[in-house]
Amino acid sequence: MAELIQLNSDVLVIGGGPAACWAALAAREAGRSVVMVDKGYVGTSGATAPSNTGTWFATTPERRARLVEERLKQAEGLADIRRMPRVIDTATQHLHVLAERGYRFPRDDDGDLYIANLRGPDYMRFMRMQVVRAGVTVRDHHPALELLVAGDIVAGAAGFARQLGQNWEARAGAVVIATGGCAFGSRILGATGLTGDGQLMAAELGASLSGMEFSNQYGIVPLHSSVNKGLPYFWASFYRTDGSPIDIPPGQRFPVLARESLEGPIYARLDQATGALPDALRRGQPNCFLPFDRAKIDPFNDIFPIALRSEGTVRGTGGLKRTDDDGSVGIAGLYVAGDALERQDIAGAATGGGGPNASWAIATGVWAGKGAAAFAARLGSRANDRTVRPTGQAGLRPAATVRDIDPARAVALVREELLPVDRNFFRSAPKLAASLALLDAAWAELRDHAHGTGAAAFRLREAAGLLASSRWAYRAAEMRAETRGMHRRLDAPASDPAQSRRLSVIGVDRPRLAFEPHTTEVAAS
Amino acid sequence: MIELLSENRCTACNVCVKACPANVFDTVPGSVPVIARQQDCQTCFLCELYCPVDALYVATDPEHVTGITEGAADEAGLFGSYARALGWRKGREGGADQDPTHRLRQVSLSTARPAESRSSKP
Repeated sequence: MAELIQLNSDVLVIGGGPAACWAALAAREAGRSVVMVDKGYVGTSGATAPSNTGTWFATTPERRARLVEERLKQAEGLADIRRMPRVIDTATQHLHVLAERGYRFPRDDDGDLYIANLRGPDYMRFMRMQVVRAGVTVRDHHPALELLVAGDIVAGAAGFARQLGQNWEARAGAVVIATGGCAFGSRILGATGLTGDGQLMAAELGASLSGMEFSNQYGIVPLHSSVNKGLPYFWASFYRTDGSPIDIPPGQRFPVLARESLEGPIYARLDQATGALPDALRRGQPNCFLPFDRAKIDPFNDIFPIALRSEGTVRGTGGLKRTDDDGSVGIAGLYVAGDALERQDIAGAATGGGGPNASWAIATGVWAGKGAAAFAARLGSRANDRTVRPTGQAGLRPAATVRDIDPARAVALVREELLPVDRNFFRSAPKLAASLALLDAAWAELRDHAHGTGAAAFRLREAAGLLASSRWAYRAAEMRAETRGMHRRLDAPASDPAQSRRLSVIGVDRPRLAFEPHTTEVAAS
Repeated sequence: MIELLSENRCTACNVCVKACPANVFDTVPGSVPVIARQQDCQTCFLCELYCPVDALYVATDPEHVTGITEGAADEAGLFGSYARALGWRKGREGGADQDPTHRLRQVSLSTARPAESRSSKP
């Protein structure tokens, strides 16, 4: 094996999407040295870069109150009315920072800057420039495989530099995990790398997760494409193979389409977009038109086949559970931001997709960066002299004899069990139990026998992350014996007021679940 | 997924090797890069934007290879078409300030289908 790459900084940020960039910037502004390691390339990594996303912002108290009110209505009792305004305010403030620094927001018809939308490729390229300019050391194609601890305190991470073929070790006074949600191998825009790596690494140290049953948001894609962008379908009508229209009651689009998709192929046509709309759609959402233009479909006049693709926890709400606003997850020296965190605070049992998640990435990124910077400052300059030990288990340090384990088989199993509409959109106790038996067996095999170094370790850890998130998701779905938000149980189709509480899970190998107590801050709706 | 790397257009700048978030390309000493791990492609289309000479083509099917030829893609004007639609040029960003999405959202928020506008993910 080639020489080890040694990195040192006050703060280490793992990830390359918006939350990671905002965390890195905040830690630099607090005067700390920062290293960023990303699995991919900072600027194109993650679900934001290939997309066009709304933002969740308010420049007046009235608008803010309205936004909070709207979300509460959908959250089915699990959102946090205290925390939403803080997310909105912090995100709004930093959207203005973006504008001041030169991000080219468009102007609306009144000539005002339109900060309600970010164009993914431009936004993330801009964020990379800001991060580099701020003096952050950016290491692309450096996936992290495990955390390092000094005693019980997180003190860095270790991984593999894919393009250099070298292992790396990064020592730091504090670590921010901003590695995104888990897409369970779904081929949606920007999600292949979202394999739950950060959730696994933090859980190996004893961090809890919450809301993992809300991991089954689905998006519409033109059939045989990855483009899960929802805005154009606001003007869509939906059809069956015989051309008959599918009637969709208000707010019921996804359950109705999911049900229809089990009966036969489903189709759409953007036939409610008339006048100037087709042109504005085409110019405003160019990525949505790639599948149409490249397949020579006129979506405004032709009926085209569509499918529902899983968006996992990326647009679900489950993830690591914050113990404090600064992004702590109960492990000293560790801070978490963005989709790696649970987002029930702002979304409850509904999707946070679009604006709320984009603003969540900004706000929690800033908070985690500040939190990590303050922790590192308290440790001082000798932090990186500490003796550390690695903490990764499955895929790195097998519990029994080493055998040849194919990570691709584990990934295929996760896709098979987590992605189909009939397994995961419409859940039931027997289906969940059957899937869990297979996932648990695959997990046990990987935990006991898999051992890799270098590129093989990287693939095994991705498989371990996917399996871990799958098992948390289905265990939580099994425990929540009711229907709430995106979690739909065929065998318990009503909501149960006694379960109007969050559900947390702790432990990688033997996950333990518990409903959290009601808190007065969580608004009943 | 990524299907075409046009050797006629490519200048071997290797930006795609660097910018692909899924590490799909490999450099080749003294030559143009290769698509080394096609199945890892996440069909995000971003390599097309970062390529300064429009030498890459990503087909929209994320699961299967369509087998499109360079000649067919060229004839249909597909090389660089996403970059042109966004306003990116020569691998550099542009056009975000011309984004008319505010008009779309105005309409989607002002019409009488609030339940659906909430459930659609922009």
